[in-house]
Amino acid sequence: MQPELNTIVSHATKVAPAPLLRLSGVTKTFPGVRALSDVSLYLYPGKVTALVGENGAGKSTIVKVLTGIYQPDEGEIKIDGAAVRFPTPQSAETAGVTAIHQETVLFDELSVAENIFLGHAPKGRFGLIDKDEMASRAQSILAGIGAKIDPGATLKDLGTANKHLVAIARALSIDARVVIMDEPTAALSQKEIEELYELVESLKAQGKAILFISHKFDEIFRIADFYTVYRDGQMVGEGKITDVREAELVKLMVGRDVSQIFPKRDHNVGKGILEVTGYDHPTEFADIGFTLRRGEILGFYGLVGAGRSEFMQALFGITRPTKGTVRIDGEPISIASPADAVSSGIVYVPEDRGRQGAIGALPIFQNVTLPSLARTSRKGFIKLAEEFKLAREYTERLDLRAASLDTDVGNLSGGNQQKVVIAKWLATQPKVIILDEPTKGIDIGSKAAVHEFMAELAAQGLAVIMVSSEIPEIVGMSDRVIVMREGRIVAELPRDRITPETLVSHAAGIREDAQ
Amino acid sequence: MTTSRSLPDRLQSPLERNLKSWESLLMLVAIGIFIANSFASPYFLNAWNLSDATFNFTEKAMIAFAMALLIISGEIDLSVAAIIALASTAMGAAVQVGVGTEGLVLIGLAVGLTCGAVNGFLVTGLGLPSIVVTIGTMSLFRGISFIVLGDQVYKGYPADFAFFGQGYVWWVISFEFALFAIIAAIYAVILHMTNFGRAVYAIGNNATGALFAGIRVGRVKFILFLLTGLMSGVAAVCLTSRLGSTRPSIAFGWELEIVTMVVLGGVNILGGSGSIPGVVIAAFVMGLVTFGLGLLNVPGIVMSIVIGALLISVIALPRLWAMWRS
Repeated sequence: MQPELNTIVSHATKVAPAPLLRLSGVTKTFPGVRALSDVSLYLYPGKVTALVGENGAGKSTIVKVLTGIYQPDEGEIKIDGAAVRFPTPQSAETAGVTAIHQETVLFDELSVAENIFLGHAPKGRFGLIDKDEMASRAQSILAGIGAKIDPGATLKDLGTANKHLVAIARALSIDARVVIMDEPTAALSQKEIEELYELVESLKAQGKAILFISHKFDEIFRIADFYTVYRDGQMVGEGKITDVREAELVKLMVGRDVSQIFPKRDHNVGKGILEVTGYDHPTEFADIGFTLRRGEILGFYGLVGAGRSEFMQALFGITRPTKGTVRIDGEPISIASPADAVSSGIVYVPEDRGRQGAIGALPIFQNVTLPSLARTSRKGFIKLAEEFKLAREYTERLDLRAASLDTDVGNLSGGNQQKVVIAKWLATQPKVIILDEPTKGIDIGSKAAVHEFMAELAAQGLAVIMVSSEIPEIVGMSDRVIVMREGRIVAELPRDRITPETLVSHAAGIREDAQ
Repeated sequence: MTTSRSLPDRLQSPLERNLKSWESLLMLVAIGIFIANSFASPYFLNAWNLSDATFNFTEKAMIAFAMALLIISGEIDLSVAAIIALASTAMGAAVQVGVGTEGLVLIGLAVGLTCGAVNGFLVTGLGLPSIVVTIGTMSLFRGISFIVLGDQVYKGYPADFAFFGQGYVWWVISFEFALFAIIAAIYAVILHMTNFGRAVYAIGNNATGALFAGIRVGRVKFILFLLTGLMSGVAAVCLTSRLGSTRPSIAFGWELEIVTMVVLGGVNILGGSGSIPGVVIAAFVMGLVTFGLGLLNVPGIVMSIVIGALLISVIALPRLWAMWRS
């Protein structure tokens, strides 16, 4: 693949006009993670560049570098050929770089105009805010993007779409030359998306350079002029959008050896244990149904926001579905709370370890025994010796690294915290374990340990659901994969059909040609 | 998977942890105040005087134990003093129609439980913030007392009803003090030795995490509101018995004194940590200070200044200590 990439790169630089913003050789590391490694990015005046990549490819990091939130370890940013540095978000704004984020932070109790100009309001006499000037400038910016919103309205009274327009107006209120749009259509309806496209066209006409980040291939091909692909913190390709096909982009996004570090499994799947039918939720998912078998690892793949975690949390009793049934061993069960799910043998290892998975201020042994207290106590009275015994048994099975069982979980590394959460659930002797992004944000060593342990659990007959956005993990671990898009199951892939290309195609809604 | 090595249970023994604790610091403060008092007034070191002194805190402390659990779980109940007023008013009204002592006690406790259930339902059933709910019910409960009583006073409690607030079980040990000690022991056991107590800590540290661990968070919190209401009912029986009358202003302002006692006892106002022994010592500290100042004829206004200063300085001590060391 490497020679092919080089030709694309040279091709792009040959045909393109002089870039307005040129970012090159940027490296950014965090403790234990190399988020960006010698990446570059070119944005051209009056053109849209689409940045694509899997979750964790480094897209968000590059946005934060461009907006002064992160300082790169190495590399440089040039605007019109002059090197610039963005030590603070304000300095990026001053240089004319602005971003419309996935979830823009706005202030519900302030007016539209105040939201737009917060931090750079026009000043009048005595340095006080010139409200009339602010309102009229807000009016003209809103008119410029075709929004019919009263600048004096309080933000909380607006609908989601209008709030989004205020966020865009805020981004444009500084005299921006570079506009970054980070998944701007994620929360919009089809009509609003069309309006956004028109806005993008008008920004192009004004000569602004636009960086457009999206998972949706249809919109990339609709509005982008150039593309750049990141994978694992490296730039793996770029060029003109007219020179590339969807299938090639998918290949660039996922292309790597995926069978490397995963444990060997014999895939002996038993009979069905969990049966879900017709699970519906008003907004998050619809008509979810599947059967999970003993000893099986069932992968759930989809883009962020596809409704996978929301469904799992409904299955675990955190939220209520509007309808649907769950059967364990053929018996219908009712799950009104996590406590019900646990007593039915369904346990859930959440993605948000710090908030949902572990109780950081409590020691390891108390975290492990929390759902199993009935077994380590007599008539409701805690028996410490049995508590320690149970906690030791399961933490040692997971090879937990800690100073003692009395150490607060909050003081452990992410990987070890995850081991505590998994140990907690195994101690309840569950029938079904749901792992939501089980290796997100944990180091390589712990990752391998978690994978190995999952394989071992499945071999012992436990039924495992693994929600993951990491394609190698899905491909390397799953016996079967369910792909979700926009709250629905769009594909169920048997083992021999689980490939990175099919996963991405189904998740992004690309039809046959990409397969 | 291989068990390569064994994890030790603890690195620090429970005794060592206790010695370094907040409770030890508070104990030193209590001893210091005791010694200072015995020098300041010749009447202090008298068994009967000391026994009298305990009435300064026993009723408040009964509520403070339940309040401690509630605050550890991340909630609060500011309506406790108003519950006393309502329970006492209900008992007073019952006296007027000739209800006997047993009936009065039952009414007091039942009103307390009912008020606790109202608070618990509003917080856990409707998901409203407890500080707002109980500020509301504080006005509501006491408002009912004012409407029923106006500027009247209920009197005429049966003679044997006086035992709860004025009786002695042995020598200088009053019934109230004995009840205080028993309730302290019960709450210490609940909080520190049962699954329920463990759930309270888990919820206070991370309610979402506790829910995700299969704890019935709503049920636990509802029970805590019930217990706090019940303890307010118990305190209402004792206080009404001790005073022998009911006015709508009974126990006015106690809710903040009770919260002060809980916080002074080392309970984190944001939830998650604290202990019953700490609250017991805090009750004694507050009782001794009030009593000592009373013997010195210090007016009540000045006493509240002293209690406030004491609270802030004791809370600030560990922080100042840490700043000084670094």
